[in-house]
Amino acid sequence: MRALRESDRVQGSAYDVERIRRDFPILGQKVHGKPLVYLDNAATTQKPRRVLDAIRRHYGTQCSNVHRGVHLLSQKATAAYEGARERTREFLGARDAREIVFLRGTTEAINLVAQAWGRRNVREGDEILITGMEHHSNIVPWQMLRDETGAVLRVVPITDRGEIDLDAYRRMLSPRTRIVAAVHVSNALGTVNPVHDIVHLARMRGIPVLVDGAQAVGHQRVDVADLDCEFYAFSGHKMYGPTGIGVLYSKLPVLEAMPPWQGGGDMIASVTFEKTTYNQVPHRFEAGTPDIAGAVGLGAAIDYLDALGMDRVASYEAELLDHAVDAISSVPGVRVVGLPRHRAGVVSFTVDGVHPHDVGTVLDMEGVAVRAGHHCAQPVMERFGVPATARASFGVYNTRAEIDALIAGLSRVREMFA
Amino acid sequence: MSELRELYQEVILDHSKKPRNKRRPETVYRKAEGHNPLCGDRVTVYVSVEDGEIRDVSFEGSGCAISTASASMMTEILRGKSVARARAIFERFHDLVTGRGDRPRDDELGKLAVFAGVRDFPIRVKCATLPWHTVRAALDTEDETVTTE
Repeated sequence: MRALRESDRVQGSAYDVERIRRDFPILGQKVHGKPLVYLDNAATTQKPRRVLDAIRRHYGTQCSNVHRGVHLLSQKATAAYEGARERTREFLGARDAREIVFLRGTTEAINLVAQAWGRRNVREGDEILITGMEHHSNIVPWQMLRDETGAVLRVVPITDRGEIDLDAYRRMLSPRTRIVAAVHVSNALGTVNPVHDIVHLARMRGIPVLVDGAQAVGHQRVDVADLDCEFYAFSGHKMYGPTGIGVLYSKLPVLEAMPPWQGGGDMIASVTFEKTTYNQVPHRFEAGTPDIAGAVGLGAAIDYLDALGMDRVASYEAELLDHAVDAISSVPGVRVVGLPRHRAGVVSFTVDGVHPHDVGTVLDMEGVAVRAGHHCAQPVMERFGVPATARASFGVYNTRAEIDALIAGLSRVREMFA
Repeated sequence: MSELRELYQEVILDHSKKPRNKRRPETVYRKAEGHNPLCGDRVTVYVSVEDGEIRDVSFEGSGCAISTASASMMTEILRGKSVARARAIFERFHDLVTGRGDRPRDDELGKLAVFAGVRDFPIRVKCATLPWHTVRAALDTEDETVTTE
């Protein structure tokens, strides 16, 4: 209730980006003598004081292991850990906190599904359907499953705009398709995919869908019950939480039918040398001591985002991004890669005659942090015929003035390499 | 800015815009492919060796200004050198760009001394050394892929 009231209060006021910037201690620093302009949010976001304080408070006042101690600190730590799970459930619109599995991040969540669910449900000749704009983390686990089972990996093509070809997708769904794995927002192009359509078309045929939400959750409201997918994966550190914590959401009956993955403590009900009885979900998938402080930090990040209001975050970022796309594409010799009609968070671009690494180095010396490279999405780079791109990606604290700094930096790049 | 100018010296910019010996030879004697997984850069280096002496060396590929200029200037300095001398130059060059040991005297590396600024950009060391790793692989064997990892 406290978070709701706080959210309502902020909801009524204007989006005060300068106040938000003060919540992030790191943003005050200079790099190479220039004010930091952090535009690498798709790689990881910075952390607000609220998250940093929650982690410090956890270690300073309630550090203990969870689910096993009768003493007070363990009870406090367990309450904090499970409280974060409940907070995540609420944020995602899931029905039951048992549908929230804490893992290391999106990558581990996808691997869990590919291994635990995949080994049980995918056979030789079955088809696994992914899209042409997946991050390597939503390609490689499925290739591993394919190689183990003899299944076939099929890839839905993407259009010149950088959107999923929905007609092709519809045609490629076959009686052999066992699972669809698709990215919600592309980390390389910024494309927001029509995940509702993707899920709906698959579910009409009884095919489960995994959505990689790593680039979506911190930027827009995500409601998994409304989306109705079987699996939704994301990372805490891309939504202002700490590294090392991530989430797999899955429907309760799906999770309950899944065999365990890693074995160890906490995932068992009882163990003898003859037989082990496994614990209930979600604990069955959380072998070993989990990242308790990470979960606490994630809970604080959710509180922070809720207080800002996800709808306001989404509309602020959309406006900023429109401006960024216009400004970047108006620099002579600069080409924006991918022109999706729905975009979030990310602009990829190339500068004629200048390698993205050189762009990145020159911008860095101007204080502007962007990513240069293939963004762990080499098939996307190949699709657009570029070895790499420079990528600017945005978060709640970025400003128009920072986009001006990026544009000034790009002029510097052109000057240097003209 | 001075650090940046130190990295992107005029000579380096010139070679990156107009790389020398960027071609596939009519006859391929030895070649190797180099790959920098960090940025996806690829370079193929061709060498022909007679009596322990490098007669021709050229390259193909796409890369950043540092790696292109490094490949271009490498081909210029290695032509006519003995294989043993080529290896020794690589050692010196490696020390130069990583900042290990003393800064080599200019006369040892000739024009390659312009790469000294790379030492202040550790992430770019691999860009400068990729062509050299690749030429070493070409000299050692035939048709072998090396990476700078």
